[in-house]
Amino acid sequence: MTDLTLAPNLDAPDDTYADLLAAHDGLTEAQSAALNARLILILANHIGDRRVILQAIKAAKSVA
Amino acid sequence: MTRITQTPLYPYARSPDQDAAQPPRHPVVIIGAGPVGLAAAIDLGQQGVPVVLLDDNDRPSHGSRAICFSKRTLEIADRLGLGDRLVDMGVRWNIGKVFVGDRQIYTFDLLPEAGHRRPAFINLQQYHLEHALVDRLRALQDAGAQVDLRGGNRLTRIEGHPDHTTLSIDTPDGPYRIEADWLIACDGAGSACRDMLGLGFTGQTFEDNFLIADVTMRADIPTERWFWFDPPFNPGQSALLHKQPDGIWRIDLQLGRDIDREAEMRPENVMPRITAMLGPDVAFSLEWVSIYRFQCRRMSRFRHGRVIFAGDAAHQVSPFGARGANSGLQDADNLCWKLRLVLAGDAPETLLDSYDTERVQAADENILHSTRATEFITPKSAISRTFRDAVLDLATRHAFARQMVNSGRLSQPCIHDGSPLNTPDALTGPARSRPGAVCPDAPLGDGYLLDRLGHGFTLLALGSDAPRLEGVNMLEMSDALTPELRARFLGDAAHALYLIRPDQHVAARWPRADAATVRQAISRATGHTS
Repeated sequence: MTDLTLAPNLDAPDDTYADLLAAHDGLTEAQSAALNARLILILANHIGDRRVILQAIKAAKSVA
Repeated sequence: MTRITQTPLYPYARSPDQDAAQPPRHPVVIIGAGPVGLAAAIDLGQQGVPVVLLDDNDRPSHGSRAICFSKRTLEIADRLGLGDRLVDMGVRWNIGKVFVGDRQIYTFDLLPEAGHRRPAFINLQQYHLEHALVDRLRALQDAGAQVDLRGGNRLTRIEGHPDHTTLSIDTPDGPYRIEADWLIACDGAGSACRDMLGLGFTGQTFEDNFLIADVTMRADIPTERWFWFDPPFNPGQSALLHKQPDGIWRIDLQLGRDIDREAEMRPENVMPRITAMLGPDVAFSLEWVSIYRFQCRRMSRFRHGRVIFAGDAAHQVSPFGARGANSGLQDADNLCWKLRLVLAGDAPETLLDSYDTERVQAADENILHSTRATEFITPKSAISRTFRDAVLDLATRHAFARQMVNSGRLSQPCIHDGSPLNTPDALTGPARSRPGAVCPDAPLGDGYLLDRLGHGFTLLALGSDAPRLEGVNMLEMSDALTPELRARFLGDAAHALYLIRPDQHVAARWPRADAATVRQAISRATGHTS
């Protein structure tokens, strides 16, 4: 199985960043949290590999 | 109708022990005549071990309590001689449905595979189970088994010694004392034995309250388990509907955290909740109402010298998943053959440590599933609720989210991988029948495989020669290897030899093996060698 990619991998990074923000336009904090949760679940299913998802969780947590 | 819970099934009667000059010694004393204690008494009694079973009450517990009994429990009941009675009385079901709001999002079928004697689950009130167990125990007594069930006997003190315990017992005629080589504590969640020995219990308590109601009604609802998240009749909470025998339905409604327990128990408050669920046209009457909160916790060890804990006394889970009573009966199933061998001098006392290892493993598995289901049904934090709701929102449209919807993962027997009693797997065979797993059932002629296993060790030979060993039940399948036997025991292998323990778990398997190899596996499975 392939490991989590943390090297640049997006074909249009600025556009994707803008897409993520645009999705939250006009949402309350609770609605935004719900949207993020749905998005994480959908992406997690797409990845489909528990090991890779754990690597992503670890990467997300180790920014402090 | 005279209810079974109003009938003393084992009224207090004076025992000769109460007039003895010295406390009489018994090989096994069991505390608590609930399902686990009764099953243990029957198991030991039918194998010739004299048992004294003490209970401070004299009848089955009031209310239906545990209602879902798993296929594995029924297989154990078959070995104890009461499987048919339970299945005849019980309501069979395999299908579960999950609703969000008023939309059905998910259906599961627990036993899509044919070729098993017993269904995935039956629903049966705990008092019916206890009644059937008491009847079976009486039949054993009539046949000469030394099983002494003493109602109205309350344990007041346990004095531990290296090779026995001394028990002080209170009765309507006053106190007396007996000694036990081995004490099995099956006295439930509030175990007095546990308290008397000063033993702790660690785990998680959940804050949500659940209203549990058994109602009698005539309803045109299929025999299925229905679970709702956020139903219109109980907004923001959950609900569960399950059918029991005698036209009784189990309704379980989540009430939330801060409630007035006493007020919620009053019929004038309970009735409108049920009417909201069933609709105004369904006539019903209340059989039993209770409000509960639950814990997921266990003792750190189940064996404490000569005292062994089983069932709720040793571990507790939430009701979602039917893992309480079912795991308790599996405790008894695991323990009794080991205790019999130790008492007969055929196994070292340390064999009982494998009870601890295996059933702690099972309890941890049950607690894990139960805790996860509970977290899903009653999210503890805001973020937990956010993710839960996200799963439910996605589940109506996307199949991947449906598999995350957790309304309870229903009881399955634990596979004792890594048990010290297992011989390392020597067969490239199906994973489901590997050492540590319960032997799968399969059709066999006009019967079923599990019924042929008996109470001792069994050698099951499939297209393979088998060595003859004294005291080992032989089951040889040479020409008639059915598709079920092939799929469940051979896989890609051409032939196989399985060693099966008295509790029907697989101890070892090989393509073929000689007598010395099998003897060594039996030696390991009985705690002689490691």
